[in-house]
Amino acid sequence: MSERIKVIVDGKEVMLEKDANLLSELRKAGYDVPGLCYYEKVSHTGSCRLCVFRRKGSAKLETSCTVAVCENMDIELFTADIEEHRKNLLQLILASHKHDCMTCEKSGACELEALAYRYGLDLDSEIFPSIVDKTLKKDKSSPVLCYDPQKCIACYRCVKACDEIQEKHIIDMDGRSFHTVVSAGYNEWGGSDCDGCGECLQACPVGAITSKTAAGKGRHWELGSVITTCEYCGVGCQLKIYTKGDEIIKVEGVDAPANRGRLCVKGRFGHDYIRSPERITKPLIKENGAFREASWDEALDLAAKKFMDIKEKNGANALGGLASARCTNEENYIFQKFIRSVFGTNNVDHCARLCHASTVAGLAITFGSGAMTNTNTGFEDSDCIFIIGSNTTETHPVISTFVKNAVRKGAVLIVADPRRIDLARRAKVHLQQRNGSDVALVNGLMHIIYKENLHNKEFIEAHTEGFKEFAEVIEKYTPEKVSKLTGISEEKLYFAARAYAKAKNASIIFSMGITQHTTGVDNVMSLANLAMIAGQIGRHATGVNPLRGQNNVQGACDMGALPNVYSGYQKVVDAPVKEKFEKAWNAKMDDKVGLTVVEMMNAAGEGKLKGLYIMGENPMVSDPNLHHVEESLKKLELLVVQDIFLTETAKLAHIVLPVTATLEKDGTFTNTERRVQVIRKVLEPLDGTRNDWEIVADLAGRMGYKMGYGNVWDILKEINALTPIYGGMTPERVPSGLHWPCPNAEHPGTPFLHKDGNFSKGKGTFKPIEFKEPAELPDGKYPYTLSTGRILCHYHTGTMSRKVDALNAYVKEGYVEISASDAAKLGIQNGAKVKVASRRGEIIITAKITDRVVPGSVFIPFHFVETAANRLTNDALDPIAKIPEFKVAACNIEKV
Amino acid sequence: MNTSDKKARIVLENAGRIDPLSIKEYMNSGGYEALKKALSMQSSAVVDEVKRSGLRGRGGAGFPTGLKWSFTAPLQGQKYILCNADEGEPGTFKDRLVMEGDPHKLIEGMIIAGYAIGASEGFIYIRGEYYASIEKIEKAIAAAEAEGLLCEKVLGKEFAFKLSVRKGAGAYVCGEETALIESMEGKRGNPRVKPPFPGVSGLWGRPTVVNNVETLANIPYIIKNGADAFRKIGTEKSPGTKVFLLSGKVKEPKAIEAPMGTTLRQLIYDLGGGLAGGIKFKCALVGGAAGAFLGEDMLDVPMDYDNLLAKGAVLGSGVVMVLSEKEEVMPVLKNLMEFFVHESCGQCAPCRTGNKMILDLLGRIEAGKIAAEKGFEMILKAASTMKETSLCALGQSPILPISSALKYYSRELTIK
Repeated sequence: MSERIKVIVDGKEVMLEKDANLLSELRKAGYDVPGLCYYEKVSHTGSCRLCVFRRKGSAKLETSCTVAVCENMDIELFTADIEEHRKNLLQLILASHKHDCMTCEKSGACELEALAYRYGLDLDSEIFPSIVDKTLKKDKSSPVLCYDPQKCIACYRCVKACDEIQEKHIIDMDGRSFHTVVSAGYNEWGGSDCDGCGECLQACPVGAITSKTAAGKGRHWELGSVITTCEYCGVGCQLKIYTKGDEIIKVEGVDAPANRGRLCVKGRFGHDYIRSPERITKPLIKENGAFREASWDEALDLAAKKFMDIKEKNGANALGGLASARCTNEENYIFQKFIRSVFGTNNVDHCARLCHASTVAGLAITFGSGAMTNTNTGFEDSDCIFIIGSNTTETHPVISTFVKNAVRKGAVLIVADPRRIDLARRAKVHLQQRNGSDVALVNGLMHIIYKENLHNKEFIEAHTEGFKEFAEVIEKYTPEKVSKLTGISEEKLYFAARAYAKAKNASIIFSMGITQHTTGVDNVMSLANLAMIAGQIGRHATGVNPLRGQNNVQGACDMGALPNVYSGYQKVVDAPVKEKFEKAWNAKMDDKVGLTVVEMMNAAGEGKLKGLYIMGENPMVSDPNLHHVEESLKKLELLVVQDIFLTETAKLAHIVLPVTATLEKDGTFTNTERRVQVIRKVLEPLDGTRNDWEIVADLAGRMGYKMGYGNVWDILKEINALTPIYGGMTPERVPSGLHWPCPNAEHPGTPFLHKDGNFSKGKGTFKPIEFKEPAELPDGKYPYTLSTGRILCHYHTGTMSRKVDALNAYVKEGYVEISASDAAKLGIQNGAKVKVASRRGEIIITAKITDRVVPGSVFIPFHFVETAANRLTNDALDPIAKIPEFKVAACNIEKV
Repeated sequence: MNTSDKKARIVLENAGRIDPLSIKEYMNSGGYEALKKALSMQSSAVVDEVKRSGLRGRGGAGFPTGLKWSFTAPLQGQKYILCNADEGEPGTFKDRLVMEGDPHKLIEGMIIAGYAIGASEGFIYIRGEYYASIEKIEKAIAAAEAEGLLCEKVLGKEFAFKLSVRKGAGAYVCGEETALIESMEGKRGNPRVKPPFPGVSGLWGRPTVVNNVETLANIPYIIKNGADAFRKIGTEKSPGTKVFLLSGKVKEPKAIEAPMGTTLRQLIYDLGGGLAGGIKFKCALVGGAAGAFLGEDMLDVPMDYDNLLAKGAVLGSGVVMVLSEKEEVMPVLKNLMEFFVHESCGQCAPCRTGNKMILDLLGRIEAGKIAAEKGFEMILKAASTMKETSLCALGQSPILPISSALKYYSRELTIK
């Protein structure tokens, strides 16, 4: 605990924290010390000088923002002469600042305005004439930001926010003296590498950096605000969303444990889709191949009747449901309850199958718990971070900032990725493995660790099992052999192995680059092996950390939207578990594991699955081998889809139900670090839409099963009662953001799993794993390796992000990344259209020549339906997790 | 105290007398003997000797050099000695005389300083436009390396020292030691917040001593002849000599090394030959751009740190810019303010805005748009807040020339 010491301020004693920042401490103690440049999250600048004080007996003034609290401090803070200097300083700053307060976006929240008012500055008296340089022009070239140098007070907050928080180093001060202005790129924001995260915008104390998307939409005092959880990725950033009437005006990051106030471009500027005219507000029924509007009663009665008919005629297992990683915990819980008790089948799954099914399976086998072991911000304290198969900067932007912060503090970053992703340039070593050679790579690292005697013998002995058999396998993966299999030099392998094993605290981060393979479970188990052999697990800032892709994919899994488990990973084949749920839900349960997403598609294609209920998923873009998905969905007797838009999947449905969007409802999400966070209604739901859980409950009632919940919190209470890991996540406690497992109302939550080597399953299990090639390798006809993935400014199937102008201004359409040498060989120019074909389909797409991919490999982001990468991907599955191999397919490229 | 010895030369002892690029000639006139002597002493004894000499920083602030060294000497690990040769003060040209006229003296001073504080590496940060200085220093460094004076074992002793030149890029503020360090680190040349002082955390976060060229050029003399000999020159609290820089309406504009405590009258009339054309003396800007305008009543004040300070003036870099009755102070003031406006780094609010404000107000006064009395009241208000609150010395500078010029300006107004 920090020590509090006595400080005398203007003759009065106060207790302040020793060695802490004096300004910050004074403010906490209630002294309203003025200041414009001090920003608690970045290093001090001491530029505005307003926070000056004087030590008793000293002649000179010092800035309290640059000084630490120390013993024997006796200071003058608000004497007449110091206040006079502050007034003069403010007048000078005002003289250098354009006063368009009447139309300024910042008015009402401007820190300079507030100080001018507080000090009663009279602009009429011409204390100081204006020295604003009227020749300085606004920079409006960014898609989301506007910079007005005439209003800039050169406080450095934005520059430091970009440098020290987000570590993007986009902006700096340009010019000097009264021409000191913020500059991005070559004096043009739009031409710089700025990705629009808006950390600078949030840091600006005046109206120099403003949001283009908020311009003219409302004065600060007219806006209401709600704090909620971001509906995009799994980081779980907390947002403060400002609204006026029925419109979202602007978003600020909230200083919460998951994101510490940081956001990315989607979180800050990506919510306009919510009032897109494409939102559906009436239930739709398809008749003769065309949709007609219908009443809720008609649509739900029809759905109920048809589902019951199928169940009666073909049995419960002819029905299935896809839950959604985009919906709340409560909705996913209700949905799987519906499928299990009303349909009477375990055919329930969701898109986690397509992202982290291999993680859930692989980590359950080795550790006993299939989730991220540690926390988002914990990476900041790691000494070594090994990132494999995660383009963190683009897929989990805010988590990447904590990684970058760690690197700045001296952590060794090792990046293994076939592409030269952003973090590769910050890495000490970039292991550019051949696509799909991950098991060989990780076995190779463990071989070196073992041979060099760097393995953690005590940990292995005390906390694991199966090491002997496992060691026999890694013995075979010599650096020479692994170098040949992966294409990585032996020298780099040695460096990475030693750095990881020797680090005090080392973290592994992985994502789809590991999981989306036919060897996905093998890949994940290899990483578990790696953490165990080095003993890098069970402590803060260590562990094996699968970054979950969607806002609530962790929660959807936790809630049992999976064919083999009820909520909290309680197995459907477990008789006592089944009994517990049958009793609680008052219905008969199937005791057999149900079908997964891809298996349901196959069963539909074969005519075995006849009725499918989809809540907020879009397999027509997200799933592999789309041609096959389309054929299968078209064969269904009944497809019911509920969504906010008429998605590619909804278009194939017989009945479409319009629902409220995330920002229109209450509930909880569980982010990637197992932290349960609240979402709150920001806007009123569109007329005609209903909450997912209400629709499910209504449909259940029409099918003869009563679900009597008054609101989402009633559902959460049922979750608490039936789900041990969520036992203590009560409606009263969820606002504090606890990590599961949290078994009871007194439990503080569990920031990191497997504490001190005590694995969820007892002992950790080493699994000996041999390297296997991907299902499809390049050959004469399809000579290129295709990989797919996400990009920063779009999201999943694009249904939301592609309806946001600000995001489209960054990237509007799909493209294929191709190396310069391949492009030259094929005669392809940058920006030219090319045909990419695989055994399953072909697309016409724009070529982007880049050194991010190696010759022989290409990459296509999968968000764009017109150039859907999943027309090409291989639906070959991992034998255990049933995850498709999105990351490796053979393809051919032709100039068109 | 010996102020009568007008021939006292320490810093410019060899300048103009030997071939600056001949290390042999430098050695023949006693060069590098101080280094030999220093290396035979304990490094702490070298620090003590400099401390005892009373040498004060010649960059302008007059901080005791030995004391500065003694903060850094006991610290562990990599340390650096930097020479501040970013000479950019208007009217100042003393450091280049050393670098161009006697580069080995500076190099010898630096090696001794490096030994004293335990630095294994030194850098000379030279103003980028000083092409001749850069060339001569670089050649002299090569010659010193060839003689085994800059190597893993300097003069065969267990002391490694290397030295190289860094060039400035044209910012006056980089003469401020922490801005100089930022610039050396490849960053924008903004002064740092102090503390920490460079002596504790300087270049690349390591303990670093930054000394001016003239300061370091005094070191060989002090070590060779001893602190006592040094203290015989100059005044009690400001021992040694100072290179004064006569310019403006003086008959013989020049740099002249004279004992500390020499009076303004001696400098202008005895050493500078009086005013050009025999016109009446009005005042002199003493100390540089941040100095004060001193009139007839100040002609007999001994020119050293403390005597000038006692009169509200500063010794600064030793500039004496003479104005005759024919010159007005307003154009000089405006020129000074244009200089400060141009050279402010823009980091702290008072300097970023205040200099421009003062310049604009001077223009308004001159153009008759605002009454002089009211205008100067506003100017002094700005300048005094700048003095009290600016982050570095640059923003603290305008108050002195402005306030000291006022009486001459009001006199000029009444004459008009």
